Amino acid sequence: MSEKKATRQAYGEALIELVEKNDKVVVLDADLANATQTCKLAKAHPEKFYNCGIAEGNMMDIGAGLSTMGLIPFCSTFAMFAAGRAYEQIRNSIAYPHFNVKICATHAGVSVGEDGGSHQCIEDIALMRVIPGMTVICPADANEAKAAVNAIAELDGPVYLRLARLATPVFEGDMIKPFTIGKANVLREGKDVALFATGLMVNEALEAARLLEADGMDAAVINVHTIKPIDAECVTRYAEKCGKVVTIEEHSVIGGLGDAVADVLMGKVNCRFRKIGVNDRFGQSGKAADVLREYGLTADQIAEAVKKV
Amino acid sequence: MTTTELSKVCLQVRRDIINMTANAGSGHPGGSLSCVELMTSVFFNHMRVDPGNPKWEDRDRFVLSKGHAAPCYYAVLAAKGFFSRDEYANFRQLHGILQGHPDAKKVPGVDASTGSLGQGVSIAVGMALGAKHLGKDTKVFVLAGDGESQEGQIWEAYMAAAHYQLDNLTVMIDNNGLQIDGTNDEVMSLGDLPAKLRAFGFEVFELADGHDLDAIEAALSATVVGKPKAILAHTVKGKGVSFMENQVGWHGKAPNEEQRAQALEELEG
Repeated sequence: MSEKKATRQAYGEALIELVEKNDKVVVLDADLANATQTCKLAKAHPEKFYNCGIAEGNMMDIGAGLSTMGLIPFCSTFAMFAAGRAYEQIRNSIAYPHFNVKICATHAGVSVGEDGGSHQCIEDIALMRVIPGMTVICPADANEAKAAVNAIAELDGPVYLRLARLATPVFEGDMIKPFTIGKANVLREGKDVALFATGLMVNEALEAARLLEADGMDAAVINVHTIKPIDAECVTRYAEKCGKVVTIEEHSVIGGLGDAVADVLMGKVNCRFRKIGVNDRFGQSGKAADVLREYGLTADQIAEAVKKV
Repeated sequence: MTTTELSKVCLQVRRDIINMTANAGSGHPGGSLSCVELMTSVFFNHMRVDPGNPKWEDRDRFVLSKGHAAPCYYAVLAAKGFFSRDEYANFRQLHGILQGHPDAKKVPGVDASTGSLGQGVSIAVGMALGAKHLGKDTKVFVLAGDGESQEGQIWEAYMAAAHYQLDNLTVMIDNNGLQIDGTNDEVMSLGDLPAKLRAFGFEVFELADGHDLDAIEAALSATVVGKPKAILAHTVKGKGVSFMENQVGWHGKAPNEEQRAQALEELEG
């Protein structure tokens, strides 16, 4: 894993290829095109790009209107301003009529770093997951982000795509798996504990599994890139196989991947269970690596936590 | 349609609004009665639609941003032939298609789900922008409330409409002067709406009588190029029913049987 690339960067690049093969796709932004990386598309295909200014709620509803004309809008902004600021526009104008709008939110989680807690959205998975009919996807690396962009363009309905600011390792070799919406990918087989991770935490979970191996613990690592609809079959199978489940996400432990996994297992599989995430706190400024450590989201911290389950 | 023909449809729409809300025992008669002429004129004289094929690709679009005027919307759509008046019996009832506020998934002829105020104009901007993007001659009409103009997003949408030079977009404002908690001025003054609309880049047509079908026709027919059109119509909340006219209390209250009878008597042809 030598190369590092942010999922938002892959998003920007993928959009260029996408509009070249799908003439229904249009890209919207709210004055964050450089940060969300839609600037690449805006430069390559300006006729496919609409900057809606600093008005995220308006942008989401313009997306709703565009979708009724048969277009496929990709509405881009930070997670805080998509899932947060524009929550009700997404809920009532996009999801309630089940419109074909893609909400692509970068700068999710505490790995935003220096900008601090106001810009580190740790509630978005919960907010989007609770909306009926919403698909929620959080890619683990740049390749998966690109695959997700293509896949969601083919899916008819609202999608929330969660992307990160931080450049992280791009998976190589047999870590590269086919991407199917709603189908979790097992990246490492194991029998002692099942680590279900999403987004940037997938790489940390893989590192944690290597650390655990040194301690004689055989951890399975499952990349749950689609949080809704969750792959209940895979979650159930690995919970039954391992008898011990740990979920890992760069999101609040309330309402996110952990709760989605718990919903599958509750009353069905008898196992030990632990959620790792942001423990009901706001984020804060700092270098991304330091912030992730402060919140217990690095591989060595995860490994230690898993041992205690 | 001629003015006389339109008047007849308007009368029927008013009777339907009274019956729908009275049957349901809830709903919003006041703000439905104030926009009858605006909505009827648009649907019968200005929109290219096919009630037999409500999803026709080349149809013109209408968004009811003030979604609580759903009874008026449903009555106009039924008069147009999008669905049977038999549906009225299920207005606001479990499993009915005529929800308390318009649901695009359920009602033939409804293109946007509205009711949460402040969002419909943005959706209409998206439709008009989409038409321009696709090189279509689709016209888009949106009906907003005056109280609704207190929502900041309305002004975000106006800014965008002018920025994208959406001359295929007509915003109609049902300016009846009343909202749930009182008059606009008591609750939150709107100030000089025509001047504000002009400042936001609209060609503004102000109608002293928003129930005057000829005046509405003239404003809807006027050609505007390079900028969006706004029709600011001064209307009467509860128009046509003496005891409802200009009464805040009739914003979201249904008539009882006695009131229904009196209203229908006043709405005889």
